[in-house]
Amino acid sequence: MRLDQELIVSLINPYSRVLDIGSGDGTLIDHLSRHRKCDARGIELDMSLVTQAVAKGLPVIQGNADFDLKNYPTKGFDYVVLSRTLQAVNRPKEVLQQIMRIGRHGIVSFPNFGHWFPRMQLLFGGRMPMNKVWSTQWYETPNIHPCTMMDFVDLCQQEHYEIKQWLAINDKGGKAPWKRSLYLANIFGEQALFLLSNRN
Amino acid sequence: MTISDTEQPTKPFQPFKKIVFPEGIVLESGKKLVPLEVAYETYGHLSPERDNAILICHALTGDQFVTGINPISNRLGWWNRMVGPDLPIDTKRYFVICMNVLGGCMGTTGPKSPRNPENKEELWGVNFPSITIGDMVNTQRMVIDHLGIQTLFAVIGGSMGGMLALEWSVRYPDRVYATIPIATSSFHSAQNIAFNEVGRQAIFSDPNWKDGYYWRYGVLPENGLAVARMMAHITYLSEEALNHKFGRRLQKNAAASSFPIFGEMFQVESYLHYQGSNFVRRFDANSYVTISRAMDWFDLSQAYNGNLVEAFAKVQSRFCVISFSSDWLFPTSRSRSIVQALNRVAANVSFVEIESAKGHDAFLLDEPDLDRTIRGFLSGIAEQRQLKSYAS
Repeated sequence: MRLDQELIVSLINPYSRVLDIGSGDGTLIDHLSRHRKCDARGIELDMSLVTQAVAKGLPVIQGNADFDLKNYPTKGFDYVVLSRTLQAVNRPKEVLQQIMRIGRHGIVSFPNFGHWFPRMQLLFGGRMPMNKVWSTQWYETPNIHPCTMMDFVDLCQQEHYEIKQWLAINDKGGKAPWKRSLYLANIFGEQALFLLSNRN
Repeated sequence: MTISDTEQPTKPFQPFKKIVFPEGIVLESGKKLVPLEVAYETYGHLSPERDNAILICHALTGDQFVTGINPISNRLGWWNRMVGPDLPIDTKRYFVICMNVLGGCMGTTGPKSPRNPENKEELWGVNFPSITIGDMVNTQRMVIDHLGIQTLFAVIGGSMGGMLALEWSVRYPDRVYATIPIATSSFHSAQNIAFNEVGRQAIFSDPNWKDGYYWRYGVLPENGLAVARMMAHITYLSEEALNHKFGRRLQKNAAASSFPIFGEMFQVESYLHYQGSNFVRRFDANSYVTISRAMDWFDLSQAYNGNLVEAFAKVQSRFCVISFSSDWLFPTSRSRSIVQALNRVAANVSFVEIESAKGHDAFLLDEPDLDRTIRGFLSGIAEQRQLKSYAS
């Protein structure tokens, strides 16, 4: 399991109902069902990954985060997970609204565009960042909505989501030691992970 | 319980294993069918906990001989490649039950059955009451009761069999642990009904139909039934599959230079003729009409004000919905609406559209992704249900 997925697992209480959007081959939901006794389900866009996951006996459906979330009941899940997918959906704000409608909590991770490396690449290279995280050319990237941690925090405030917890993840996937300062985390965190809940 | 335990005391020779319900059944139309006989086959062993039973529901023209040798046709069972020892539906592990549906012609009460048990000569024929998918499921439920099974581990079916599987999950929510509807729909569309109607009209227009009393005259509406089958068969295949299989290839004796009108010219024609003539030998025309009508009447949401979400409101089963990309009879969009309705009630559902060029019939054919999906889904839920592995 990826290190960022392990961090996600650490945010989820045992016996919860979890929906993983962009569940890939089902690694996360498999782990949650087996080791945390969760009722974990997945949605994945890529049919070959869906088939792999279902063939492992996991409840995964082929679907699209932009269109299919509206079919889930309000507060049907304790946690809705969107890992490394927010930057690739058509309408991130609407997808986030659906996540917060369906789940009591939302867990969102995304590659942080505010990380110093893409910043430097743009500043000194004068070109769109190309590196391990942002690895496709601008004209064919699926990552059509990149954002920084601070951008995301702004959106959460605007939408009245409570940020229960945030983590910056370093390039090895572990927790980066910038727990106090969002400003520093936004520079040194390669990936960002947020635990959100609705403000009542 | 083993296979032999479930057999009824047999008369000298009986090709079908049957359960007779002398009390009969009250149909959804309110009519009563007395007595009721259900022909069925079982494979594998029922566990002492009676928790490993899988009901397989056959399609419009299928039968109970799902695997092994079909004793009537002496050919392999229709899902021989899916059901058996070590196959995806593993008979070493699961107790597989398959029944001929109500209205069928392979031993279960249908238009070909005697109307009155005292007089074997007089058949139901066109007087057989109209039946529904719900009636078929109710008869299956009677057999499941008879076998002493409270909860089916899974109900699996393709095409009409998928309709039965869906109906099971809605009608008896606490008796189905998992449901696998394959290449199916929650209702018959105008197009589906239209194709069925052309098939029926072909049967009715055969001079040997004789208003449905052909059995009195010792004839069969062979041509009509064959045409119905030929047309239906086209709907089971994709354009690509037909192109791949036949293209524009000609029969050996076809004289392409003189453009003849009559006779079998193209290979696809002779294939269809073969499909048609093969079918009339094994299927009863009145049965075809009765069952195709039952499919037309099928709309899972009808009893719920047309709301499929409400229909699924009480389901407890896990679902694995499967469609095929080239199926245009029951296209993926129909499976997707089933999945969406199930999502709305927060049901546990998996959904796979299998990439295949073979059309609707793909569920019966060699599709490794289908095998993997069914095998994986079943073993996943077997683990959840803590089903023991039974080596026989």
